[in-house]
Order: sequence, then structure tokens, then C-alpha cells
Amino acid sequence: MHPLFDTKNSPRLVWAGVAVVALTLLVLPFALAQIGTTWVRITNYAILYVLLALGLNIVVGFAGLLDLGYIAFYAVGAYTYALLASPHFGLHLPFWAILPIGALVAAFFGVLLGAPTLKLRGDYLAIVTLGFGEIVRIFLNNLSRPVNLTNGPQGVTGIDPFSLGDFSFARSETFLGLTFSGPIKYYYLLLAVMVGILALNVRLQDSRIGRAWEAVREDETAARAMGINTTHMKLLAFAMGATFGGVAGGMFSAIQGFISPESFILVESILVVSMVVLGGMGNIWGVVLGAVLLSFVPEILRWTVEPMQRALFGHMLVEPEVIRMLIFGFALVLIMLYRPAGLLPSAVRKRELARDDDAA
Amino acid sequence: MTTTLLEARKVEKRFGGVQALADVSFSIRRAEIYGLIGPNGAGKTTLFNVLTGIYAADAGGFMFDGAPLDGLGPHQVAARGIARTFQNIRLFANLSVLENVMIGRHVRTRAGVIGAVLRGPRTRAEEAGIERRATELLDYVGIRGRANDRAGSLPYGDQRRLEIARALATEPKLLALDEPAAGMNPAERAALGRLIEAVRRDGVTILLIEHDVRLVMNICDRVLVLDYGERIAEGPPPEVQKDPKVIEAYLGAPHAA
Repeated sequence: MHPLFDTKNSPRLVWAGVAVVALTLLVLPFALAQIGTTWVRITNYAILYVLLALGLNIVVGFAGLLDLGYIAFYAVGAYTYALLASPHFGLHLPFWAILPIGALVAAFFGVLLGAPTLKLRGDYLAIVTLGFGEIVRIFLNNLSRPVNLTNGPQGVTGIDPFSLGDFSFARSETFLGLTFSGPIKYYYLLLAVMVGILALNVRLQDSRIGRAWEAVREDETAARAMGINTTHMKLLAFAMGATFGGVAGGMFSAIQGFISPESFILVESILVVSMVVLGGMGNIWGVVLGAVLLSFVPEILRWTVEPMQRALFGHMLVEPEVIRMLIFGFALVLIMLYRPAGLLPSAVRKRELARDDDAA
Repeated sequence: MTTTLLEARKVEKRFGGVQALADVSFSIRRAEIYGLIGPNGAGKTTLFNVLTGIYAADAGGFMFDGAPLDGLGPHQVAARGIARTFQNIRLFANLSVLENVMIGRHVRTRAGVIGAVLRGPRTRAEEAGIERRATELLDYVGIRGRANDRAGSLPYGDQRRLEIARALATEPKLLALDEPAAGMNPAERAALGRLIEAVRRDGVTILLIEHDVRLVMNICDRVLVLDYGERIAEGPPPEVQKDPKVIEAYLGAPHAA
């Protein structure tokens, strides 16, 4: 094991590493704010994608169920928040009440998708989940008549930001000489949620439940013969994954202040799947890396391609968007060729065995 | 507690026009090694699949340990105390050897999502117990040295041993082995025979499908012979070996020269 990860033999090094990472993450938004608040916003969206990728990783990475409609749970969470905290219905519930509701509603939708697809595997499951994602989006688009539930393609506007008493996440505040803008406040909230969900994932993976998921992924028939209720485990995976998607969706809603079905198109589902696959299915840290890369690299390209062309040729030759997709596609092809299991592939977990009675 | 552990009552299974199992009845005593033999396509594996709940019987059924198994799914059958191995090895190939056995403990442990996330003293104790028992079982089948290797990377014989360890982790009363010696060399087969006898000495009843005649003759107390889904003989190996119907099933009817 690399000494940086060896908590037993070099605890000091590990804690020093953790401290450096933690400190960097704490200072990051202020550093980014120096370049522009936009970058803090971009980081916030990146964290939302990390949450989504972690949720999807439970379904795809742990339990091996290919889900191409995952963004639907994000949508469910987002709309739950939007409808309960906006002028649309005149409801303004506090965020700490809505987020759990959103998580539960998303979990319910997870089971709703899981139950009829229990017998499907691989490509067939992928097609049905893809359809599910589209169904949810189309419903959101059309549930404006006869009763205006979702306001259709216009979406929901004026969504409340998170607030606790007088403390609002949308306002700028100066504290100890530091300016905490709205995005920076959300950043810290998102960071806390991400750390929590990461911890949840790490614990789940290395547990009786996590092993049962992996057994289902590896060989469903053998898993059943070993006494694992595969129906139960698959539904649990769908529900857990959906829960994280729902929480992320609720936060997205509040941060954005406006949502419409446009935000929950198929490409978004595919993007989240790409993050999981690029990083390394089943490897929590790989998935985080995949989400961060796929969120940031396109933004960095967007911000560098245009000035670079102006400097080189004096005018714009190729639209940044075009180059972005070109490089993006090329990178994904390279990954498939050279790292088919992802940047950080999921490795066989080694355990330290008790040595006391090692006779041989 | 009766001496009979498993009783098959007129078990029937058809696949379309093929009668895979016809009226098969037998009973297995506790702590017995019971062989199940027959030519290819005789219905041995089908019998395993019906017994373990992968297929439902068309008629008849099993009594196990005093209660019927009818309508139970595979995981419920495992919970009742029947564990199996597979003819074409079905390990969790990308997981470690130790984890394969730890998964076998699933059905005898309880921790759920909340336990996993909070990891309180009870969950930690349970996890430690799972790992300890899994290590013991690897020791028992003789592959503890490979505990941290990828299960799929083991040599064939060791994979078969791992399947047995994983099955034993579910604390079965009946261990059903589907051709455990397939692909093994004579030395490995002899070692496997000793392992099976050791498992029986520890009180686990064994149902064994096997093609290797010597292994069956050496370790089985009684043998059931199936042919075209029908029971054609049952008894101690030496008797069954002399049965004309068995000889005919394996070698064909004697020709009038």
C-alpha cells in the first residue's frame, strides 16, 4: 500500500495529507473568487456533479445496474424543492424540511424504476432506464395542464434560496474581513454535504450491504444461491442512488433559483455515466475524480480557447464549443483505449489478516 | 429430530417436450454423503436447480429438515440451510478470495444500511466475526494464503475449493456439490475427497453430483442413479455398480451377438 493511504503504519503522513486537502478545499473559494465569482459557481456545479456521480456509482459501480436515466432523480429532487419553496404554489417551506422530502420522493421514484426492471440486465436495463429518464422529463414538460403542476417548459422561477432564520445563502456578508458571497456560502454547504455523502459511500461499500451489491454485480445467480435477496438489494441500490440524486437536485434548485425541464435532458444522464466510467466504476475516489474532471475541463477549455485563438490568429477561427466537444470526445476515446477500467480502476480490496495463528 | 434430512417426493420437471425429471423420489439421512450420478442429460443439475429454488417443480416437492421447500426462492432455500456449488464455477471473480467467503456470511448476519453507515459496536463486532469466520474457512479448505488475491486468478482446483468455503460460510445443513472434481488431477481429486469427508465429519450432510467413479465409490454412502430424468437405481455404491439397468444406462443395451 502507498504510505499516503496506509493509516496503520504511517498515520502522521496520512493525517498531514488529509489536513492539506482540507485546508486547500477551505481556502479554494476565496482563491477562485480572485479570478471571478463565476469560478466559484462552476466549482459549486462541479460538486453537484460529484454528488450525482457518487449516487449513480451505487447503482452502476456497486450493484452493476446500468442506469441511463439517472438525471430523472435529480429532476425529481429539483422539482420537489422548487414546488415547495417558490411562488408557484405559494409554498415556502424551509430547506431542511424539503431536502429530506425530496430525498424520499426521489427514493420512491428509484423503487418505481427498479421494481419493473428487476429481471432486466445490461443493454435491456439501459434502454428501459433511458426511457424512464425521458418519461420524467416529458411529464415535467407537460404537467401544466389541466392542473398547472410544473408550469411546463417555462419552468419554475423565483425559487427560494436556502436560509436559516435571518441567515440567507443568497446574500453577501462580511465576516472577519472576508467577503462571503452567496456562491461561497453555498460552496461550504455543498462541501459539507459532499463529505457526508462520501463518508456514507465509503462505509456502505465496505459493509455487508456493499458486499451484497458487489455479489449481485458479479453473479446474480450465485448471489441468490448464497442467500442474498437480490430483489431487495437491487431496489435498495436504486433507492439509495436516487436519494443522493434527489438531494443534489434540491440544492441545484435553490442555487439556480430557476429550473425547467431543459436541465434534465438525456445528455445530462450520459454525462454523469461518463463521469463514473471515466473515473473508474466502483471506485469512490475515481468517481469523484471523473466528476471533477468532466465538470472543469470543458469550462477551462471554454475560457482558454477563445483568447488563445485571438492571440494566435487575431480572430476566432473555431467556436470554443466545437473544440470543447472535439477534445472531449477525443479524450474519452483515449481513455477507452488505454484505461478501459477508468482512471482509478476499482481494485481488489486487500485486508490485513490476523497473523497470530498463522501456522504455515 | 428425525434421521431424514431431505426427502424428495415425486419431483417432476418438464422443459417444453423434454421430461427433465419424472417422479423422482429419494431421501437423504443426516450426515450422509449421498451421490447423484447418471449419464449426461440425465437431469442431475436440473434436480439441483429445483432443489435450490432456481426452478420451480411442476409437481411434487421437497421436505427439508421437517418443513417443505415449496415456493421458496433461492435465497430462502439458502436461509433454510442448503448451500450449493456450481458445475461451471460461479465465483464473484473480481472480488478477493476472502470477500467471496465473507459474502457467504450474508445470510447469517444482519447489519443493514443504518448499521453500515453508523458502524456502531454491534456492526463492528459482526464485521470482525464475518472476517474471522471467513478466514477460518479458507484455512479449512487450504487456501488461506490466497485470501487477498482476486478470486478469478486462482487455479481451477482452488476455485472449486473456494466455492466450497463460500458455501460452508452460509452454515448449511446440506451441502450440494455439482461436479466438484471436474477438471481436477488425481492428486487434487484425492484431496477433495478428504475435504468432503472432513465436512461430513463436522456434521454437514452432502449431496454430490460427480462423474468421477472412483471418487463416488470411495466416499459415498449411497448413490442415486438417474437416466432420462427417471430414478433407475439407488443403494450403496458396490450394489449400484452391479445393477444391470445402471450398466445399460452407461454402456447401452447388450447386443445379441
